[in-house]
Amino acid sequence: MAGRETQSIGTRLVVLVPYAWLVAFFLVPCLIILKISLSQTVLAQPPYEPVLDLSAGWAGIRDFLAGLSADNYATLAGDTLYLASYLKSLEVAALSTALLLVIGYPVAYAMARAPGRIQAVLVMLVILPFWTSFLIRVYAWIIILQGDGLFNRALGLVGIAPRPWLATDTAVYIGIVYSYLPFMVLPLYATLQKLDEALLEAAADLGCPRRKAFWTVTLPLSLPGAVAGGLLCFIPIVGEFVIPDLLGGSQTIMIGQTLWTEFFANRDWPVASAIAIVLLCVLVGPIAAFEHMRLRDARRRS
Amino acid sequence: MVRFEGVTRRYGDVIAVDCVSLDIAAGEFFALLGPSGCGKTTLLRLAAGFEHPDAGRVLIDGEDMTGVPPYRRPVNMMFQSYALFPHLTVAGNIAFGLRQEKMPRKAIDSRVDELMSLVRLEGLGGRRPHQLSGGQRQRVALARALAKRPKVLLLDEPLAALDKKLRDETQFELTKLQEQLGTTFVIVTHDQQEAMTVAHRMAVMDRGRLAQVATPAEIYEQPASRWVADFIGDVNLIEGVVEAIDAGLATLAADGLRLRAPAPDNVVTGRRAVLALRPERIRIAMAPQPDGVAGTVKDIGYRGDSVLYRVALASGAELKVSVAHRTRLADLPVGRGDRIFLAWPPDAGVLLTQ
Repeated sequence: MAGRETQSIGTRLVVLVPYAWLVAFFLVPCLIILKISLSQTVLAQPPYEPVLDLSAGWAGIRDFLAGLSADNYATLAGDTLYLASYLKSLEVAALSTALLLVIGYPVAYAMARAPGRIQAVLVMLVILPFWTSFLIRVYAWIIILQGDGLFNRALGLVGIAPRPWLATDTAVYIGIVYSYLPFMVLPLYATLQKLDEALLEAAADLGCPRRKAFWTVTLPLSLPGAVAGGLLCFIPIVGEFVIPDLLGGSQTIMIGQTLWTEFFANRDWPVASAIAIVLLCVLVGPIAAFEHMRLRDARRRS
Repeated sequence: MVRFEGVTRRYGDVIAVDCVSLDIAAGEFFALLGPSGCGKTTLLRLAAGFEHPDAGRVLIDGEDMTGVPPYRRPVNMMFQSYALFPHLTVAGNIAFGLRQEKMPRKAIDSRVDELMSLVRLEGLGGRRPHQLSGGQRQRVALARALAKRPKVLLLDEPLAALDKKLRDETQFELTKLQEQLGTTFVIVTHDQQEAMTVAHRMAVMDRGRLAQVATPAEIYEQPASRWVADFIGDVNLIEGVVEAIDAGLATLAADGLRLRAPAPDNVVTGRRAVLALRPERIRIAMAPQPDGVAGTVKDIGYRGDSVLYRVALASGAELKVSVAHRTRLADLPVGRGDRIFLAWPPDAGVLLTQ
């Protein structure tokens, strides 16, 4: 009896640890950002007010609450710069995710169809770029895409005149697709690899040729992988900062860059925080969809 | 209806199916039986078109199937894993084959309803496979395979995933269904009781070859070889030398015993042979019997509906004797260590030379 009780306390503690972690390092920081987004910027340390003064007791809390306002959100709504940034981010993320799907699906399909021994090697090759720092790989693209870079020289060999690639939308898409491809390929590969060969045989047996079976059986069954890969790419791409900053030009201002500018260049923490909160709200939809899909998939398998 | 002509299928060095010739008649319920790895599933997959013969050919309804892909063959298969499409409902699974034929929607719906009542799945059309029990899934797979009215239905271990009670029931349902539809059924199974229960005729396979093709009763009572006798059911195998053949009865000399059995044509005096004797054909007596042997009860195995005695003969050989159990265990007249006599009618045993 006593043993069972200690065990249940132990079990509860184990469950509590991840929750405590999430509260301390996710929920609390989120609330702090929410609070800053409701403050005003001032030239001080910290660069915003009101600051919660607990030593003043109830009066301090009342003053603090009275000082909060939604002015920063009004600023975001009032200036088209912010709306344009959000829309640009969503556009880049949507188009990149579509490109990633189109490129990643055949790769994952070929991997899943490869002989068993080769599959492990192929998975290794997909993961291989992670051995080099992400930043260095994006820098490498600068060298490839610059005016007299590898790309233009290669084009020159086939008689195409060199063009500026760097600081264009194309460069941003190249960088994003290159960087996020493993995150699309791996979940797709995982679902395609699990696909029971007998299902394709059953389709053939029932009068459905192999090519047609791809559309009637393989594709619908790989949808969870496509959704997982899509959200795994879409969500971080919306907030992407490094790639558009290094490869993009002034016409590609994504929300991550706007946020960075507000925070570091303008030292306007409250507006930067408001941008972050709005971004979070925009992304809650897809994240919830992802979670829903994952749970349903897990339930179906159990 | 299905005809294999000298069909061979190799995987590297392994010969899965070795020059098999076999004719399965229209309307027949035919079973392919054998231990795992004997090539029975490969034979079925050759008929379905998932495998291609390295030599020989497969004919279905008189037509050469060489080069005909699975989706153009007039056969349908029920898979061991059922292979139900998880993204489709029960009705969607059953309709899958009909949709490939571009059948009008109304016709598909009525055919699906017909099949669902045939396999007693009424009202479950909207469920997904993962919401069904094992027995229900099995029936969906069966309905799906029957939907296109195939000339031949191929069943790959269709009942292996069911528990014993459900399996016994389903065996009779399958027989009934086959009689009702008149379709040729070819079933692959490793369960000899299942094969004998459902099949009109069966083939026993061993290492890629057909060991015997006959009715279940013939295979049990007149096995063609020592291997078949040993594989099907329980058997006593007594080795000896044929001493004499007289009026169709051969006398086998084995370890000082003189045993008599009907002499098949290929038995020759002076040659070695094996007497295959089913345990349930042997009778136990307390007094010496003409043509009988004496022995001592070594062991008694209680099986509920029967009792299996292991009897040591004077020669040191051991015979298994199975007696239907009609009393209580405590009332058995024979105990361990008792001296008893065994006898059997002369036609009970089968003399085998190979």
